[in-house]
Amino acid sequence: MIIQSLDPRISRARLDDQSCDGQLSEHEHFETFEVFQQVKRGTHHQHVGSLHAPNPEMAILFAKEQYCRRGKSVNLWVVKTSDVFVTDYEDADIFETTEDKKYRDPEAYKVMDRINAYKARLNP
Amino acid sequence: MEFTQKHVLGLKELLYKMADDQLILGHRNSEWTGLGPMLEEDISFSSMAQDKIGQSLALFELLQELGESDPDTVAFTRNDNQFHCSQFVELPIGGYDFSLVRHFFFDHAEAIRFEMLADTVFEPLAMVAKKFKGEIKYHTMHADIFMKKLAEGGPESYGLIQQAINDNFGLALGIFEPGEYESELIEAGIFGGENALQSRWLAKVVPLLESFGYTVPKVENTAPALGGRKGIHTHHLQPLLDEMTEVFSIDPGADW
Repeated sequence: MIIQSLDPRISRARLDDQSCDGQLSEHEHFETFEVFQQVKRGTHHQHVGSLHAPNPEMAILFAKEQYCRRGKSVNLWVVKTSDVFVTDYEDADIFETTEDKKYRDPEAYKVMDRINAYKARLNP
Repeated sequence: MEFTQKHVLGLKELLYKMADDQLILGHRNSEWTGLGPMLEEDISFSSMAQDKIGQSLALFELLQELGESDPDTVAFTRNDNQFHCSQFVELPIGGYDFSLVRHFFFDHAEAIRFEMLADTVFEPLAMVAKKFKGEIKYHTMHADIFMKKLAEGGPESYGLIQQAINDNFGLALGIFEPGEYESELIEAGIFGGENALQSRWLAKVVPLLESFGYTVPKVENTAPALGGRKGIHTHHLQPLLDEMTEVFSIDPGADW
């Protein structure tokens, strides 16, 4: 059967789905990179998305056009997706205990009363 | 120094050839949109093609200030023999190997030309040169990384690029076809001239390609593809112009 794809290029190539044996060499299937953009010096790099590339140098090239064409950027990081360590969603309960620990939030500190009082004096 | 009529003619000739090179190569490279080897590269290459069209607009605007017609009229109503682009940029896109090597050769010439123009006595052009410095730097960075990585990619990619270098070299030398007013441009401090540009280009691209492991043909043994600057073009340019101006020609007076 000829592969029908939403990508017109794939459809035009009239590929036979029997011709794909599932074995891809390194250069036929690029890995993904995560892209981090810095919009201003001194601020955090922020994750903006991912892309396919054969190596980090080309990932930087592609990231520049894909994520920084509009708006301001001063710096880019790319990281192989496979190099990112992640938590398991099954372990999401490890985050649950923090919710009720109000004393960890800045507003729980007594100093906030004094700051608010000072603000009120400034803007009566 | 007061500009004489010859200086102005030389300046216009310079602006026309630069703008026409960018417009035509920008159009050619945009033919890859949707067909690029991978989505990410498709976006990058298309975006650089758009940059070229934008750069040509800035130069056509300078020409308008010097008394030429408005950019749309100049870009869309001339025939092939009125174009000053090099034959190099008008040739069909060929395979991706050909287009990449053309991008490498052309954009390095462009980068050096703009570097030389950064301190031209014609100030509006110096401003344009500074404005596009970053854009062009990305273009050469893109080209360099592709040349390097394809050299490292194995005998197939290395062989394709080496062949495209051999095929492109003489065509690329056509960029540096001297104009009629070279000495006037140099004397007035408008532009350092095509010969100087070619020397600087060779000093840049030859060692670079050799450092990646490619062999570059010798200038002495290569016939440059000349004629484009004087309006002599291959049979590939007019069909490109017909396609590029198709929509414009339906209603040339339309307000966009």
